[in-house]
Amino acid sequence: MLVVLLGMSFLTFILTNLAPGDPVRTMYASAGVMPDEEMIQKTREEMGLNRPIPVQYLDWLTDCLKGDFGTSYSFGKPVGELLLSRLLPTVKLTLLSLVFMLAFSVPLGMAAAVYQNKWPDVLVRIVTFFGVSMPNFWVGLLLLLVFAVKLAWFPVLSSGGDLKSMVLPAATLAFAMTAKYTRQVRTAVLEELNQDYVTGARALGMKESRILWKNVFPNALLPLITMLGLSLGSLLGGTAVVEVIFSCPGLGNLAVSAIMKYDYPLIQGYVLWVSLMYMLINWLVDIFCSLLDPRTRESASVERCVHGKGGMHEKV
Amino acid sequence: MKRFKATKYAVFLTFAVCAILIILAAVFAPVLCAGKSPVDAELADALLPPDSHHWFGTDQLGRDVFARVIYGARITLSAALAVVAIIFVLGTLLGILAGYFGGIMDAVIMRFSDMMVSFPGMVLAIAVAGISGASIKNAVIAVSFVSWTKYARLARSLVAKIRHSDYVQAAVVAGSRQWYILTRYMLPAVLPTLVVTAATDIGSMILELAGLSFLGFGAQPPAPEWGLMLNEGRPHMQTASWLMVFPGLAIFLVVLVFNFLGDSLRDVLDVRKE
Repeated sequence: MLVVLLGMSFLTFILTNLAPGDPVRTMYASAGVMPDEEMIQKTREEMGLNRPIPVQYLDWLTDCLKGDFGTSYSFGKPVGELLLSRLLPTVKLTLLSLVFMLAFSVPLGMAAAVYQNKWPDVLVRIVTFFGVSMPNFWVGLLLLLVFAVKLAWFPVLSSGGDLKSMVLPAATLAFAMTAKYTRQVRTAVLEELNQDYVTGARALGMKESRILWKNVFPNALLPLITMLGLSLGSLLGGTAVVEVIFSCPGLGNLAVSAIMKYDYPLIQGYVLWVSLMYMLINWLVDIFCSLLDPRTRESASVERCVHGKGGMHEKV
Repeated sequence: MKRFKATKYAVFLTFAVCAILIILAAVFAPVLCAGKSPVDAELADALLPPDSHHWFGTDQLGRDVFARVIYGARITLSAALAVVAIIFVLGTLLGILAGYFGGIMDAVIMRFSDMMVSFPGMVLAIAVAGISGASIKNAVIAVSFVSWTKYARLARSLVAKIRHSDYVQAAVVAGSRQWYILTRYMLPAVLPTLVVTAATDIGSMILELAGLSFLGFGAQPPAPEWGLMLNEGRPHMQTASWLMVFPGLAIFLVVLVFNFLGDSLRDVLDVRKE
């Protein structure tokens, strides 16, 4: 864990050092100044860019641990403050799309599993297959075109941050995730339905609905929570695209403009924050799972690193 | 049972033919577009709706959208196939080495891949592609950089499964060269699963690359790239909705075909889902 954290921070740091452009020149260029060599050298010295990279890294790391993520070139404000001010819209967006996703994928996935190979299952499978093949930015543009531009039910910009303006971006974000997650719900529930205890319960004459909700669903929940944590990674990445389309003032939008302006401290801060958030969420998921299921308490994290995360992008 | 197998092949062949048709369309783009250029601007014809002359209409610079969509297949397919080839070769190689030799090599490769897993892929890809300078080449590198670890993990776990099996031990005892064991025993054991993974990945790679281009971190104007076309058409959404429809439809259909292809290949090769 600690090794991964260290490596992650180093990768984040080294990322901006691999860039072709000279940050000092880009900084002046974005301010509209044409600096001479002497000015550039002086600024480099002031910003500590002439020191060896390991020294720069250690300095940066200690600053980060103290909560100082540097100063953004393009905004002239502390990176921590900037990121914090943009955090709320992204968190709201992610949570709302998570609600959308669960509201659709859990019932649909369960229905598909219960009616395996009958028409509800076939329909759900076809629709989800189409769903995972659609680029999320296209879905966003089409929703925008139909519901905001043509029908004018929702605002085109979601800069307001109220619920109504969040609906379209959240729906966009939820769209592809719902398709993926519905398939995972279906697989997980199917796996449980084929277990001996279900046959046993049926033999005892228990009601099918009772078996489903009392026995099957709680058992299928565990892998689903783990996958939910992992899918948050795609959600966090997806927010950038969606926030740009709907002009939502969130972290992703900030990151895209930071990259456009070669604002290295801001990019570093963004990547570091998002990966920390992602790690934290998955760590919480681990803890939550071990609380729910004593069996996983011993070797949970090891197992999950090997199986769960390896299958992150895989279709289920 | 036999009939089921026959259907599997039929399904696979259908989608293989579709995929080949898409590739042929990309190769013979000049013929299909009857000489229309995907990049030459004709400002007098800007934003014309679809008609018999411009099937998909024209964009804000008067370029024929049909020609741009067809030529776009070239960029999209070559970039996505390049990514899949890179991550397939690199991931398989490193995974087999890590699984077979273990020790330090395994530790280094696997720790690195642990680290990569703790980054949300798309976030890192955006950062890498954006920082290294926006171009389709850098987008390919960025997406490959964040995606190869999946193959390494898969190859490693498959190799670990057979590493200590009797027939491999027998080969070691019999004095087979390491190269021989690696290529004749390890490689065939991992290939079916990894080929299926690679086939199913083509679709998602197309989506990621188009996403990067859409954000402006992939193909650059005036390249006819689908994601970029959607981005360029965005300001004209109200008046020219065809600019939003056709490039997106192209991505959707191509990804759909390759996803179906990967899925049916899985059924044909009978690889267990991992």
